[in-house]
Amino acid sequence: MILLDRVTKTYSKIATPSLDRVSLHVEPKEFVIVVGQSGAGKTTLLRLLTREEKPSSGKIIVGGIDYDKLRDKDIPLLRRKIGVVFQDFKLLPNRTVFENVAFALEIVGMGNHEIRHTVPKVLDIVNLKGKEKRMPLELSGGERQRVAIARAIVRQPKILIADEPTGNLDPKHAWDVMRVLEKINHYGTTVLLTTHNQDIVNKLKRRVVTIQHGQIVSDRVQAEYKL
Amino acid sequence: MRRKFITFTRIVKTGVLNFVRNAWLAIAAMAVMVVTLTIVLFSLLTNATFGNTIDQITDKIDISVYLQDSVTGAERDELLDNLRDLPNVEELNYLSKDDALERYKDQNAGNQELLNAISQTDNPLPATIQIKPRDLNQIQAIKDFLSKKEVAALQTEDSPSYKDDRKAAIDKIAHATNILQRVGVGAVLLFAVISVLIIFNTIQMAIFNRRDELTIMRLLGASTWYIRGPFVVETIMYGIISALISVLLIHGMFVAASSALQASSLGLLDIAYSSEYFYDHFWLLLTMQIGVGILIGAVSSTIATRRYLKFKTTK
Repeated sequence: MILLDRVTKTYSKIATPSLDRVSLHVEPKEFVIVVGQSGAGKTTLLRLLTREEKPSSGKIIVGGIDYDKLRDKDIPLLRRKIGVVFQDFKLLPNRTVFENVAFALEIVGMGNHEIRHTVPKVLDIVNLKGKEKRMPLELSGGERQRVAIARAIVRQPKILIADEPTGNLDPKHAWDVMRVLEKINHYGTTVLLTTHNQDIVNKLKRRVVTIQHGQIVSDRVQAEYKL
Repeated sequence: MRRKFITFTRIVKTGVLNFVRNAWLAIAAMAVMVVTLTIVLFSLLTNATFGNTIDQITDKIDISVYLQDSVTGAERDELLDNLRDLPNVEELNYLSKDDALERYKDQNAGNQELLNAISQTDNPLPATIQIKPRDLNQIQAIKDFLSKKEVAALQTEDSPSYKDDRKAAIDKIAHATNILQRVGVGAVLLFAVISVLIIFNTIQMAIFNRRDELTIMRLLGASTWYIRGPFVVETIMYGIISALISVLLIHGMFVAASSALQASSLGLLDIAYSSEYFYDHFWLLLTMQIGVGILIGAVSSTIATRRYLKFKTTK
């Protein structure tokens, strides 16, 4: 589903690479956690997958799409296939919860009737039923995070990428979010997430990839948090 | 297909909504666009009017050669042939003494005194050759030919006569048209550039207000035209509204000229003709104005949004 082959990303010629010859292979329906200290290269890795950045060298293939052959005008089509939960949520502050989720569907040209039908279902999955009309600023951090997740999964992507989805959450809310991600994975979506949260990593017992100084230093199945 | 239609209606809807929200910003952009389009329309009208004036005057000009009564038929025919051979002669018209009398009677049908003066004596009017020149600026060649000794001998003393010899006036108008055309094109270009820049600025401000939204749209996979479309729709609306206003302004100008000033011409500008031209070609001119407005709007917003829609290309 996701294949990185010796991918290197250097932001400037004099700096050390943010990612240094990283190779990673993620099977369909896998649940992969990427851990590492701040600045280790986790976010760069995700930004390469969403084609927000171009690798300096190496090959990336996601869902059968070879990024070397990807034309600019096809980038939007690629992004529609990947659900992304951003570290800072990236919700639209002047739109309601419902509208924020519907936004992802409007972009791809879904009809209003279908949108009214689909969005509540997804809000139900992330336990936000009854909060459709709230504005993002009226929500708690965990709720906002779940709106972001709802928006990422509403188009039923094959791949879900989540950057620190539990970043600013207290343990209870963090677990709410993780359960949603597990549920989505259970339905068949490949999940790739980055986190700092040692407790969560240890309890999930999933594949853990550790990045240090831009390189993968360990890649273990059913593993615990280790730096 | 259905999705494309839904997307299209969404783009238009968002564009109209943004137009309403940015109303105050839009006014600045539209004001300068109105000026541009009014200048475009005004130059067009004056150009057509001056062209018409020149045509009319050119049409009226001819040279009359009065032949002495003693000229024989053979001499007359030879003269006609020679004149016909001159390159600048467009048309020749021969009036015999009787024809000239007929014409005189026609022209003075209302004036009994003048008619009586003629009919009481022998026909005093000379046979006449009317020459219509092809190009007014080349009229000298004809004059030279007519003043040759052997040709002059055939003519009466007051021949040739240059009826409506308004070459000087024509030169003046042609010169004015020329300058106006240049000034017009210059002004149109200048204001077109200014309005593109101001619309550019307006759209940049609108984009700046919504940059977070644009980034999010981009990340969620919105296509370039889904993001750009509303801005283009917004500026196209500027164009349409400005075009309507400019046409209204010119219409108002003609109304004012005909009622308040009660003038049929303004200096060299024949207002009666230009207003006739304006109303005769009203729909064409309106369509053209709207077309130019849409073009200016669409071009400037497309360029203004380009920068924000680029994907990272650096490795």
